[in-house]
Amino acid sequence: MKILIVDDFSTMRRIVKNLLRDLGFTNTQEADDGTTALPMLQNGDFDFLVTDWNMPGMTGLDLLKHVRADERLKNLPVLMVTAEAKRDQIVAAAQAGVNGYVVKPFTAAVLKEKIDKIFERVES
Amino acid sequence: MHTNREINTNPLSAEMKTLAENLLSELDKGDVKSALALVNTLNSVRDQTLFNEIGKLTRALHDSIRNIDIDGENTSSDLDYTRNKLTYVLEMTGKSANTTLDLADASVPLVNEISESSNELSKRWQQFLRRELSPDDFRELTRDIGHYLDNTAVHSNELRDKISQIVLAQDFQDLTGQIIHKVADLIIDVEKRLVSLVSMAASVDQITGISHESAKDENTKSSDQLDIVADGPQINSSSSTVSNQDDVDDLLSSLGF
Repeated sequence: MKILIVDDFSTMRRIVKNLLRDLGFTNTQEADDGTTALPMLQNGDFDFLVTDWNMPGMTGLDLLKHVRADERLKNLPVLMVTAEAKRDQIVAAAQAGVNGYVVKPFTAAVLKEKIDKIFERVES
Repeated sequence: MHTNREINTNPLSAEMKTLAENLLSELDKGDVKSALALVNTLNSVRDQTLFNEIGKLTRALHDSIRNIDIDGENTSSDLDYTRNKLTYVLEMTGKSANTTLDLADASVPLVNEISESSNELSKRWQQFLRRELSPDDFRELTRDIGHYLDNTAVHSNELRDKISQIVLAQDFQDLTGQIIHKVADLIIDVEKRLVSLVSMAASVDQITGISHESAKDENTKSSDQLDIVADGPQINSSSSTVSNQDDVDDLLSSLGF
């Protein structure tokens, strides 16, 4: 299971990376915004994308739209981990095809629950 | 603030009224030459008032702009200072988060080792209690328990040290808190000055009779066509925002997730 973590704050990437490691996901890579993440996704065999929304360059929502529009990436499970908590925004992310949405600040338990749920659905 | 918003009343309007009445009576008498002279006087009264008001407003505007931007006689402004201070807050919080994460990362193997050793020793201890250990195995067990006790004492000391460093890494809160209070005060001050600029602009509009219809139209248009943009953490939750993960889950499940 190869996972890409995208967040403009290195601290947040580190926290997500540590939580994923505790959940048994040790094969992770990092990117600091959508612009750097997209070529990594296109060139690497990632199984899962965890992304923030609000980033300079390309935002997480735009990254999600690019992923869904890419023939090879369109089925990649995407979890959004973000401080954006407006109803309109969550609806927009859902419409863009997000697989899960976690609002910051979050707990390890919530992250685990959402990841488990996404894989349950992907596998079924 | 020296704006004169009462421009249309008292001395000026009284003077103009007198001039207008004189103008009417000159016209009634058929004295066109005197009437024209009065029209000129009326014009010059208006111009003079306008000049005076614009002079006052320019001075007030100048003062306000200088108060907002320049701090003392140096070139550095309040806003520059604020930007630097906020960058400092960002650095301090980032540093603290990284220090804390480093210490947590360094603590995990220590705890793991204590946990694994105690589990392993516990199994062998149970075997001993069930009289399943040979004398050689028992000698080995006592030696390992001795090592374990020594190791645990060392590890606990290291952990205590790391915990106290984690506590110390939170000292940024005090300093960043002070800076953020200052920035908040500055924003209140800038807001007050901007409000006075707006009221000055209103005075200019009043004197010159300018109206702003187009600006209002554009405002309503842009809020109607608001795009979905990222705007960071919601500090005060309202009906348009969710307050926790449960709300997000409810919203998503209502959308068929």
